[in-house]
Amino acid sequence: MTENAPATMYRTDEGTGPWEHRGKVAAVGVGHSPTARRWDGRAETCVGAISLIALRRAIEDAGVDPAEIDGLVMDPVTTTGAYWPKGKPVPEEVTSAFNSTDNPLDGIAGLSAEWILKNMPELTGIDFTMYGPGCMSNAICVAAQAVGDGLANTCLVLKSWHNYEGRYYQGGANAGSDLPGTAALHALWGTPACYGTALQFAEYCRKYGKNHDMMAPFIENSRQNGLKFPEGYWASHRPEEITPEDYKAARWIAKPANLFDNDLPIMVSAAYLYTTAERARDMRQKPVYILNHAASNTRPRSLTPTLDEVEADTARTARKIYEGAGITAADLSFENMYDGFAQFHQFHIEGLGYRGMKFGEALDFYQTDISIHGPNPILPSGGNIGCGRSRFWMHTDCIQQIQQRAGERQVTGVKPEVAVSGGPMPLGGRFTVWSATPD
Amino acid sequence: MPKQGVVPDDLTRPFWEAANEHRLVIQSCVACKHLQHPPAPVCRVCGSDTVEWKEMSGRGTIYNYGVVHDCPIRLLQEDQPFNVAVVMLAEDPGIQMYSHLPGTPVDEVPVGAEVEVTFEATANGQMVPEWRVVGSSGEGGEPA
Repeated sequence: MTENAPATMYRTDEGTGPWEHRGKVAAVGVGHSPTARRWDGRAETCVGAISLIALRRAIEDAGVDPAEIDGLVMDPVTTTGAYWPKGKPVPEEVTSAFNSTDNPLDGIAGLSAEWILKNMPELTGIDFTMYGPGCMSNAICVAAQAVGDGLANTCLVLKSWHNYEGRYYQGGANAGSDLPGTAALHALWGTPACYGTALQFAEYCRKYGKNHDMMAPFIENSRQNGLKFPEGYWASHRPEEITPEDYKAARWIAKPANLFDNDLPIMVSAAYLYTTAERARDMRQKPVYILNHAASNTRPRSLTPTLDEVEADTARTARKIYEGAGITAADLSFENMYDGFAQFHQFHIEGLGYRGMKFGEALDFYQTDISIHGPNPILPSGGNIGCGRSRFWMHTDCIQQIQQRAGERQVTGVKPEVAVSGGPMPLGGRFTVWSATPD
Repeated sequence: MPKQGVVPDDLTRPFWEAANEHRLVIQSCVACKHLQHPPAPVCRVCGSDTVEWKEMSGRGTIYNYGVVHDCPIRLLQEDQPFNVAVVMLAEDPGIQMYSHLPGTPVDEVPVGAEVEVTFEATANGQMVPEWRVVGSSGEGGEPA
């Protein structure tokens, strides 16, 4: 039985000094599945199947014998907000295509480590499995700690997403007539998912004298970078740029958040291979060393985080990131912090003090050269706005940029040596510091 | 606006029962006097499991707001776009409550303005706290 990672696997405290495994764990393989807007119902495109693709590609990328892999860290929850309709039969032609578990929806509407191992017979050496639930950001923190702690030597990390027909979050309780009392305290007023971020952004604009239009260069840059990410949804299926005019004209979802401030739910899977720095030396790809991982466990005082709470926490997170990695903001070659919702991004990078930025300055920074070819690249992955919602493009990009194999996305205005990625939200996010060298 | 009905659960029953009596109550820690909303089984500050419900004055100020144009709740979609404001309670500005601000025109929310609680019926008759800008004469819930 695979368990969730204990809280001790995450580095949530300040003042603990450099991470004890700083530079001793490395990412050596990356694998992505194809993307799709929604599941088409075929066995070969279900969330289990695309996970197998991603895992096998990561193994192939690293050039390791699958039998040498001894660890698997993953997120068993795969929903983008779409749930298997109650009472809908599970398609026999899908379940019969795989080795199943006791859960008939395993591989279709969720994913257990058991399902993966039953369907990857080549993984004969796995003796460590653990869940890092939430996002890839969580799972890679757990994997880094597990490899550092010696729980696994060569460890796969996996995050997958399923998406079905129907509008986002408009089924289930939202279509019903009643809500349970606790949920009603939040849900009765009908706010979409981006509402909380929109509120923080509204307060941000009032406090610092900014406006929504100032986000346009960031959105344009994100989509441009995303279109250079061949595995991304937009590059694969709809190679559409977003101009500043498109952005400013887009319909509101929860003003001041519009359509393009929201990312697109998709089906996709990614896997990485982590191992010790020592083992990484003779693998196919150049190792990308983990200097630190850090986490926020902060909860808002009441219903929704205030701007003060957000700024205090991003600053606290940055101190944890830098302290554990033994670096300062000046050491960052580039950043790949979370963006889906787009209006999270300025909070993350202001907290980091990226390029000397202070609170309230990110939107002015967006008006300068933030491209991959300039000295101050912003989100070279394109993030979730540029590639669709996976919450892992930014991690893949950090690895590939530092390995100098990001292709058209390769940053040229800086030497890619140290980078940071993570998210999702400022409160409750998980973050990783990547480096070309172990020290 | 026709809100979904509410089925009180153990944790929130005192809140909803008070609303039916046109009273606003918030959970308070007996040990450290910390107010908390949403409620929890224990105090989020000191961990005490002795929490009680304190009646509030029903006054507050508008902290922030957004305008919902794409609502996931089917029952509210006909009323799009609509305001959703965040109200800070007078007793403790750290305590927030949501409001559709009945009587306030869409996207004309006076941030910082004083508000007072009203109560309106949801689809199943359960009353829910709402808020009205002090001095506003628009349509909305029943007075507190």
